[in-house]
Amino acid sequence: METTMTESREMSAAGIKMDETQGLTFPRIDCRNIDVFYGDKQAIFDISLPVPDRSVTALIGPSGCGKSTFLRCLNRMNDTIESCKVTGEIIMDGENINDPGMDPVLLRSRVGMVFQKPNPFPKSIYDNIAYGPRIHGLAASREDLDAMVEKSLRRAGLWDEVKDRLTSPANSLSGGQQQRLCIARAIAVRPEVILMDEPCSALDPVATARIEELIDELRKRYCIVIVTHSMQQAARVSQRTAFFHLGELVEMGETDQIFTNPRERRTEDYITGRFG
Amino acid sequence: MTDVAPDPFRNEKALRRLKKRRAADARFRLYGLSAIAFALLALSVLVASIGFQAISAATYHKLRFDIVLDPAVIAPKGNDTPAEISRNVDGFYTLIRSNLEATFPEADEDRMASRQLGELVTRLAVLPTAKWVAENPTQIGQTATIKVPLNDDLDLYLKGAVSKEFRLRLGDISAVAETAPRQVLLTGAGAFKALESLIAVQRQEVGDAVDARSTLVSSGTAMGRVTSLSTDTLEMTLLTGSASDFRTGRPMARMIALPESQRNVSDLQIAWTLALKDMGRISRVPHTSLLTHTDSTYPELAGALAAIVGSLLTMMVTAFIAIPIGIFASVYLEEFAPRNRLTEIIEVNINNLAAVPSIVFGLLGAAVFLGFFGLPRSAPLVGGLVLALLTLPTIIIASRAALKSVPPSIRAAALGVGASKMQSVFHHVLPVAGPGIFTGAILGMARALGETAPLLLIGMVAFVADVPTGPTDESTALPVLVYSWSTNAERAWEPMTAAVIVILLLFLVTMNGIVVLLRRRFERRW
Amino acid sequence: MVQQLGLLPMGWLMLALLAMLASGGFFVGRVQAERFSGAGAARTHSRPNYHGYYVAMWTFVPALIVALGYGLLGDGIVRSMLASELPANFTDMPRVELDVYLNSVARAAYHHGYTGADRVFSAIMNRFLELQGLVKVATIGLALVCAAGGFLLARRRVAPEFRARNRVEGGIEIFLFLCAAIAIATTIGIVASLLYESLRFFAEVPFWDFLFGTRWNAQTSAEFGALPLFFGTFMIALIAMLIAAPVGLFAAIYLSEYAGPKVRGWVKPILEILAGIPTVVYGFFALLVVAPAIRSVAIWINTTLISAGLASEPLLAAQPTSALAAGLVMGIMVIPFVSSLSDDVINAVPQTLRDAAYAMGATKSETVKHVVLPAALPGIIASLLLAVSRAIGETMIVVMAAGQRARISADPTADLTTITVQIVALLTGETEFDSPKTLSAFALGLVLFVITLFFNLIALRVVQKYREKYD
Repeated sequence: METTMTESREMSAAGIKMDETQGLTFPRIDCRNIDVFYGDKQAIFDISLPVPDRSVTALIGPSGCGKSTFLRCLNRMNDTIESCKVTGEIIMDGENINDPGMDPVLLRSRVGMVFQKPNPFPKSIYDNIAYGPRIHGLAASREDLDAMVEKSLRRAGLWDEVKDRLTSPANSLSGGQQQRLCIARAIAVRPEVILMDEPCSALDPVATARIEELIDELRKRYCIVIVTHSMQQAARVSQRTAFFHLGELVEMGETDQIFTNPRERRTEDYITGRFG
Repeated sequence: MTDVAPDPFRNEKALRRLKKRRAADARFRLYGLSAIAFALLALSVLVASIGFQAISAATYHKLRFDIVLDPAVIAPKGNDTPAEISRNVDGFYTLIRSNLEATFPEADEDRMASRQLGELVTRLAVLPTAKWVAENPTQIGQTATIKVPLNDDLDLYLKGAVSKEFRLRLGDISAVAETAPRQVLLTGAGAFKALESLIAVQRQEVGDAVDARSTLVSSGTAMGRVTSLSTDTLEMTLLTGSASDFRTGRPMARMIALPESQRNVSDLQIAWTLALKDMGRISRVPHTSLLTHTDSTYPELAGALAAIVGSLLTMMVTAFIAIPIGIFASVYLEEFAPRNRLTEIIEVNINNLAAVPSIVFGLLGAAVFLGFFGLPRSAPLVGGLVLALLTLPTIIIASRAALKSVPPSIRAAALGVGASKMQSVFHHVLPVAGPGIFTGAILGMARALGETAPLLLIGMVAFVADVPTGPTDESTALPVLVYSWSTNAERAWEPMTAAVIVILLLFLVTMNGIVVLLRRRFERRW
Repeated sequence: MVQQLGLLPMGWLMLALLAMLASGGFFVGRVQAERFSGAGAARTHSRPNYHGYYVAMWTFVPALIVALGYGLLGDGIVRSMLASELPANFTDMPRVELDVYLNSVARAAYHHGYTGADRVFSAIMNRFLELQGLVKVATIGLALVCAAGGFLLARRRVAPEFRARNRVEGGIEIFLFLCAAIAIATTIGIVASLLYESLRFFAEVPFWDFLFGTRWNAQTSAEFGALPLFFGTFMIALIAMLIAAPVGLFAAIYLSEYAGPKVRGWVKPILEILAGIPTVVYGFFALLVVAPAIRSVAIWINTTLISAGLASEPLLAAQPTSALAAGLVMGIMVIPFVSSLSDDVINAVPQTLRDAAYAMGATKSETVKHVVLPAALPGIIASLLLAVSRAIGETMIVVMAAGQRARISADPTADLTTITVQIVALLTGETEFDSPKTLSAFALGLVLFVITLFFNLIALRVVQKYREKYD
């Protein structure tokens, strides 16, 4: 891959890291000048953020800073809120996913999402995982589907715990298991990107630790964007961190750099616990 | 570079599948839209059909008479007290009758015609005149202008509701000859071409049935029925007026689609009515008697006054019982009731009572209030009691919701300054919940106002000719009047019934309007 | 003189009397309490007003009980006293006719007097007034005596340390409880009266003959097989639900999942109008518009089939009133009952479940079909059950548009009759109250009550459970 000097300078300014083994990692998703409005109120102000592949990007910031709203732009979940309007470009695989011509159904099958509270469907464990492949017609046969379910559950580290009770209702699982089930459900559609909206905020420390392990495992295959309230979590799981404040992107960079040597005063204040 | 799996979403098959899913989505949305469209359509057809009928009943035709109030007829010696004059329907009707006979002397010729002439005005229609004269005895012997309602069938005919009618102007008439008594021959070059072709067209449509139809030709106040027809000549039997009336102007022909044998108004009556209209004696006026008269067996004389008053009396009884008891019961259940089995039973009970069919309450009323307590049948008191029991659950449920929405902080504040539980509820909680409770009470009343079935079972379906004055008088109610009028056979009752429905709906709209206003005014969020 | 007393306006008189007693009692109690609280000799528990309320309560309540007793029983007592004095040809009269006669007596007595020539009527009217006078005077006397008793009892207890406020509030609480208990009393009244009259009916007509007999002819001959009525009721309710269930459900889905706030703001109130229209109006609509339309369509089908050679005689009954007309209009009436409750339960399904489905790439309809509806299913079933119960108990539409003929026929254009139609037919008009014919109405009412109770209880339980789940 060849890049001109100007391009590479721009990229390093944006914090894109050159990887020795794989060469340059292009941003998997490149967000340019995103504004979000709820009715008359503007929630996000002109955010541009490249998201690299095969790594975890953490979005941090105080409550109401717009990090969840931004996350929901990446798979057009904001379409389900009537008053919400998103402008700007979100480029993924050379396509603007914010384009009205983009089919959100197709998009969401490529960009999976895990929510704050575990939200399994009121169905069996098996049916929860199989739901995505079924509606998208991914499985050719019953055996195929079984294999997909097993693979997803294995990747989510849940297989050994539930393999004997795939037909019992998903609601019978514990909170942490339910959340891993939701991750498995998202994986089953074979997405390229996984969005996680504070996936551990409803869980106890032990369950949280397991999910974090899982995220670390998953980053080898997927591009992951995670919104989190906990700075420790961001430091533990992410490679890159973006700090949001009042709807603006204050700073982004390597996680190590953000936490040890922030460039902005506001970032430092937040990280050291002076507000937020 | 990377082990990119073949993208499962970017192949021909997946895109075809997506298209199908999109189509299914659109179809599902369409089902929803059509469900709503169906409901809205049903509502508009209902409103339109009733509104259309009611508009037809908003006005009616009255026939004017300028007559001398002959004392020998209306107040003969020995029967001339005001009370007797006001009951002297025969006398007043005789005056009207002889006036009509003078106007249409041909009715004397046979008894059928004479009887038909009498049907133009119902005998009892003179009752208001009789009352008016009894109150103003100086009018006796004077010439008075009185207006009486036209017979309901003729009223419908004038409103165009009896039958389809084809009308056209004939050409110029060059000669009129009376070939025999009441047989008239009209001649005019090509004058009847249009009428001839109308009949030909109709014959194509309905076949020989067209021969059973009446074709009437009129000029001024005269009218005849066509017996034979060619392009240049027309023969007819004169129904009213004289042949000479056809010498001037271009006569009007009308073909009535419904044969005479199948309608309640005869050709002769139509001829007379149109003649009277031509004389300017028939006018279409607002149907005020609908609000000022009580029930009658004649549609043109009937009104809803007794039912309106009966409904108001019933509602008063219901409101006096159901609203206070409903409020007190909800206060008890929401604020005081200990959580035990008994209150649980009461709660299940109330929820269930709200869904018990209303007719069961009617059975309760018949068995307990009429049978056991021996209260009078057909009385607003009993109707009100039954409807009170019927609306009580509704009011309790609404009031409890209102009380529930009062934040506990208000109760805590009142208790905190040393008020007793009772004081905190009656001084602080109830006033805050007031608008919500009131709203529920009005909605309950609105439901009670429209109830019919329980009132039928306690006999409030009786024919009531007097306006009730108290809650124990024999009485009926608006929705029951709708029912009893709609079961009458005569066509004229249909628009009348629709008009009563409109009155009933106006009451309901007003009540619901108050609710909407209250909600707007007092809506608050804690 | 006694006759004049018969014209006493008891309602106003009792109101005035009760007001007087209450204010008098309050005044006496208060003055008495002020005497010791003013002196400051002892610390009083309650403020003087409460002592006043206490005495007022004890004076007012006994008199109120007497007044209520008069209101409920007074007229009945007078009438039965009068009836027992009437000559034999009156006592032989059927109950309803006697009632009508006594109504006219009462009307004459209270309003315009009687100047006609019927001497018997005149005498009965005078005796009626005398009896009224007697009962009224006795009531007033009894009320006064009771009030005085209560008053004396309460006055003796007024003392500085007497906890008047607690007693008054206790009294009010009892009163509030009695108000709430009226709901129970109503149910007991319904069950008792239906059971009592039904048992009398089943003493004459065997229970199983009633339930499974196929010939119903209560008006003319004594045939009480109610099966055709049950059939008609369920047939019409079925037609209604075939309309209301899909329309109501899809309307609810559209409104809660697809429609924007503006559309919702307009359509929801309009749908609720359908629920606010009195059923007698629907009945008129069915009679005026729907039944004739269905009849002409049925006739058209008949003639087309015959002219096409597919049938040799009319296939459909094409009656002027028909099960289809009644069922169709009832379906329209029931739509809002289905849609509004379904809308509630669909809205109660948590948004996170929808988000989960959308995030997997499900379309809107897939989200609704696979996630929202299964989650809302119990609530939707409850709403359908309540709607069925409403359709079974609905009276006016079927009375006006279904017909009177008891028969079992699957032809929807034939006229059928229902339980409610027969109850109305049996109990309106001047019928004898004690014949099996009238009593059968109560047996039908009992069946109706039991069926609807069954549906309601299940539905209410399901709704209750559902609320607990998502609250």
